[in-house]
Amino acid sequence: MGVTKESVEATLTQKLQPTYLKVIDTSGGCGASFDVEIATAAFVGKRMLERHRVVNTALTEEIKDIHALSIRKALTPEQWEEQNAKTTAAA
Amino acid sequence: PQGGYGALSPEMKEALDAFIAANKVVLFMKGNKNFPQCGFSNTCVQILNQFGVPYETVNILEDDSLRQGVKEYSNWPTFPQLYIDGEFFGGCDITIEAFKSGELKETLDKAMLS
Repeated sequence: MGVTKESVEATLTQKLQPTYLKVIDTSGGCGASFDVEIATAAFVGKRMLERHRVVNTALTEEIKDIHALSIRKALTPEQWEEQNAKTTAAA
Repeated sequence: PQGGYGALSPEMKEALDAFIAANKVVLFMKGNKNFPQCGFSNTCVQILNQFGVPYETVNILEDDSLRQGVKEYSNWPTFPQLYIDGEFFGGCDITIEAFKSGELKETLDKAMLS
């Protein structure tokens, strides 16, 4: 079976309905190490630790077979828009 | 790897409670502070070294039942795991972010005074 970038994306999309989602396979293809950037309304009113718990809980099944999961960004849709606007302006 | 439900015995929970209560800063990691065996664990060690605070590391690679037990204890699926002042602070990403924002320093300062 093994965990793929696609399966991580599918699970997060289904469970958290993100407005932005980027899953990067950092394992060189063996599917065991991922970076995640996610913006979802599920994070509103939550501190960083709680946001990470939301992602970890959504990926309970996948995490058993993952070597490393790095949640690089866990933003609310509003924070994501803000950050995106800044990055675009800087580019 | 298999799911770790049921790995946390009452004895292990008691031992973890006591260890975390006795040490203000504890890092459960792969390897130890002198010889980290994973880039994420190493990052956390380097961050803690910046502050010059005393801290203990526990090598979860040495004992698979401990590794599974700590996951359950923290309700956190990955390592490293940082505890400050008896409370779970976060994994590597949270620690890095809190380091950058100054929140980690604040939390450590508070812990050292308490």
